Amino acid sequence: MLLRHTTDKIIDREALTVNPAKTCQPVGAMYAVLGIHGCLPHSHGSQGCCSYHRSALTRHYKEPVMAATSSFTEGSSVFGGQANLVQAIDTMFAVYNPDVVAVHSTCLSETIGDDLTQIIAKAKEEGHVPAGKYVFHANTPSYVGSHVTGYANMVTAMVKSFSMKSATKKNQVNIISGWVEPSDMREIKRIASEMMAKIVLFPDTSDVLDAPMTGKHEFYPKGGVTVPELISTGDSKFTIGLGPLCTLDACIKLENQCKVKFESLELPIGIQATDAFITALSRAAGVQVPDSLTEDRGRLIDVIADMQKYLYGKRVALFGDPDTLVPLTEFLIALDMKPVYIVTGTPDKTFDARMSSILSAKVPEAKFKAGERADIFLLHQWIKQQGVDLLIGNTYGKYVARDENIPFVRLGFPILDRVGHSYFPMVGYAGAMNLVTKILDVIMDKIDREVPEEKVELVM
Amino acid sequence: MKTKVTMDPERWKAEVLTKYPSKVAKKRAKSIVVNEGDEVKQIQANIRTIPGIITQRGCTYAGCKGVVLGPTRDIINLVHGPIGCSFYAWLTRRNQTLPPTEDSPNFMMYSFSTDMQDSNIVFGGETKLKQAIREAFEIFKPKNIGIFSTCPVGLIGDDVHAVAREMKAELGINIFGFSCEGYKGVSQSAGHHIANNQIFKHVVGLNDTPVEGKFKVNLLGEYNIGGDAFELERIFEKVGITLISTFSGNSTIDSFELAHHADLNMIMCHRSINYLAEMMETKFGIPWIKVNFIGADATAKSLRKIAQYFGDAGLAAKVEEVIAEEMALVAKELESIKARTQDKTAMMFVGGSRAHHYQELFNELGMKTLSAGYEFGHRDDYEGRRVIPTIQVDADSRNIEEIHVEADPTRYKPRKTEAELKALEEQGLKFSEYEGMMTEMEKGALVIDDISHYEMEKLVEMYEPDVFCAGIKEKYCVQKMGIPLKQLHSYDYGGPYAGFEGAVNFYKDIDMIVSTSIWKMVKAPWQKESVIEAEYAL
Repeated sequence: MLLRHTTDKIIDREALTVNPAKTCQPVGAMYAVLGIHGCLPHSHGSQGCCSYHRSALTRHYKEPVMAATSSFTEGSSVFGGQANLVQAIDTMFAVYNPDVVAVHSTCLSETIGDDLTQIIAKAKEEGHVPAGKYVFHANTPSYVGSHVTGYANMVTAMVKSFSMKSATKKNQVNIISGWVEPSDMREIKRIASEMMAKIVLFPDTSDVLDAPMTGKHEFYPKGGVTVPELISTGDSKFTIGLGPLCTLDACIKLENQCKVKFESLELPIGIQATDAFITALSRAAGVQVPDSLTEDRGRLIDVIADMQKYLYGKRVALFGDPDTLVPLTEFLIALDMKPVYIVTGTPDKTFDARMSSILSAKVPEAKFKAGERADIFLLHQWIKQQGVDLLIGNTYGKYVARDENIPFVRLGFPILDRVGHSYFPMVGYAGAMNLVTKILDVIMDKIDREVPEEKVELVM
Repeated sequence: MKTKVTMDPERWKAEVLTKYPSKVAKKRAKSIVVNEGDEVKQIQANIRTIPGIITQRGCTYAGCKGVVLGPTRDIINLVHGPIGCSFYAWLTRRNQTLPPTEDSPNFMMYSFSTDMQDSNIVFGGETKLKQAIREAFEIFKPKNIGIFSTCPVGLIGDDVHAVAREMKAELGINIFGFSCEGYKGVSQSAGHHIANNQIFKHVVGLNDTPVEGKFKVNLLGEYNIGGDAFELERIFEKVGITLISTFSGNSTIDSFELAHHADLNMIMCHRSINYLAEMMETKFGIPWIKVNFIGADATAKSLRKIAQYFGDAGLAAKVEEVIAEEMALVAKELESIKARTQDKTAMMFVGGSRAHHYQELFNELGMKTLSAGYEFGHRDDYEGRRVIPTIQVDADSRNIEEIHVEADPTRYKPRKTEAELKALEEQGLKFSEYEGMMTEMEKGALVIDDISHYEMEKLVEMYEPDVFCAGIKEKYCVQKMGIPLKQLHSYDYGGPYAGFEGAVNFYKDIDMIVSTSIWKMVKAPWQKESVIEAEYAL
């Protein structure tokens, strides 16, 4: 057994986290700003963080991930990292010529209390930031929240630093993307384009973290929301935030700063959440929903109806990020599956209420937990107590899946051992179709592998 | 055919430096050296990274927990800090391990953390750390727990060593701490040193039960990436060498406790483990030699060194027999592959030892190493240990603890007499010596320490090597430029590459990488002008 020390005997833990279902803030901030065109992320801390975060994103996308670091030494850790950041800004503009430098912090610079606002202002005053270039920041202390919090903080910082209200309103709708894949951002843009709704999507990592092979390494790939687009979000007629944990703060900030009204929605994963997104976008942009999308929806319903026998009543364990887990759970219930165990390492005050409202009627026996010590170890212990038919989560789930012989669907961050997540969406009806086929594939593969020879079916 | 290998390295260096601000250029100039061949030039290494330059480097915690202690399966490595450090070092280095039975402890698939929250930063994390240790003990019943400090721990003043002592007394198992905060030193290197010190202080020599077997050795600085240590264990067993412990691939704390029974320490990765070898020599009288099991020829050479050291005719004969047998298989595989790799070029920028060792494998393939460098090597890894007396420890590394070691009053035992050692040295065996990477590199090769992303792109662009070797952060950048990148940290999830079977695996993988068809399809047919011209020609 890979996880040979995990048993069904649950001892209450108050201090120890084992096999976390989260990671720390800065990687989320780094991922978010890769969705700005011409942006170089900068990690203000010791260089280990930056190296780990770049590696995690690179392993997940199998793509280059560029980011710089202040490379703190012991001296700067005691006396402050101002000199490091100013020198870094100088070096970055000289060598890598970004349009935007997006600075985030780590537990190191946050504990010593470096004032990023002041340091960046000083760098600007002293002429270290060339004309027409931008440096902005978000505080991302690793000892608060999770990678999701870091993403949210950086998205809010984008609004704070760029969104501006001018005299003229623009006929466009802002869509603030929660933590989803480049493929999902591409799908959201496709849906909007089918609807003929003019949108500004930010952050937008499509064409950044799914860049083509051309024989040249584009240090700043062609994708990403541009600075003028980001500025223009203050003039948009409405904002839709996808995934409340990642985007609600940014929506509120944008309303306060530029008086743009907003609606906060779940990530459009599954039927109901996608229905809600399309309805909201149609209303906000003042456009009709085209037949093509209604037909996509119909095809999805058709497939689920056809394959109900393999889904109905199946017990599912899942782990990941709250904004993903909530609509995913709702979708699984629509498939008549039973999401019985759900954990997220990310603290989320609304998680219990959101989950209860989805689960209490259909799966009253469901166990779910968010925050500290809501980890994969606990999930595994629950599975040991009573098994499941399907596991959904990031790559770290494979150790549980193998030990317990559970069909396993990779979803979330990070996925280190497969490709596809950055190329095929999980949002929208197309994404739901992908999810359903993945779920069916692993469930049916197990049946094929394990039924007695005389029971192997050609047609399923 | 690639023709850019004739690029003048001095010109390359001059051109690259022009892009940097003058202060940065001045600093980088000392870390970029064109190798002379006969006389080894001085290189600047193990100094602080230039902020904003985009380095490959990681931190002290990574060097300590990730590298040295990570591969040991019967210890709970508890990371005291916010969640990231524990998460990122969770199974991301491919230290394989093979517990002897289904019940043997193996905690390597687990990530343990105190998951510090803001309240722990404000009020201190010692109470939570103690509680986490109690819970780890209650749930997992380990015999050993290591505590690893991360950046904020040092700043808020949590004393992990005091906690370790207290909990050791309370629980009655071995518990020890590592002050490996990420900001210490300038790279992973400081973490190696810290790990060496603590293993030496808290583990090595704890078990005096005699170890059975002939030709007792330890293998130091071999981390069993992709099964390298398994292959070496196979070879040692075949020739009849008793391997007491490996630091730390496929290892246990139990085996470290017995390490002082060995009669010879063999160092693979000099950078990460030379401290432990030196301390073991001082305390217990165990001599050390540098070995290299990367490359079939290198493996044979290292086996002969061991036989020479023990001076046993039976062992020497067995070694020759095994070499002959293994080399016959290796040669057979190499023969067909070499035709496709001969005269191709490689570059290597890896950690603190592989950039040197893997040149052996490329030599065997008939490939030339145009440029190489380390992330965090010290001058001795580049220039050889003879320069150690001239190395100045700068302010950034001064606070890394040097522990004072003395001969053990009862257990110190010279393995060889002075006369025997001298005789062996006259036969060419070198004790406590490593000659460094630059001595073995060709004249005109570019040696670059702590390479920046920009310098790397310029190397690829201006030299167009056939294979670039580095890590995951570099891989896809270089491949986007149409040049295959071989990861020499993770081996691209292959391996082993050590020993005889490892050499064959490596030959095959390099053959694949330089022969893969997809590189020729980067341009669409309509992007190639010649297609259109051909149409006109009709």
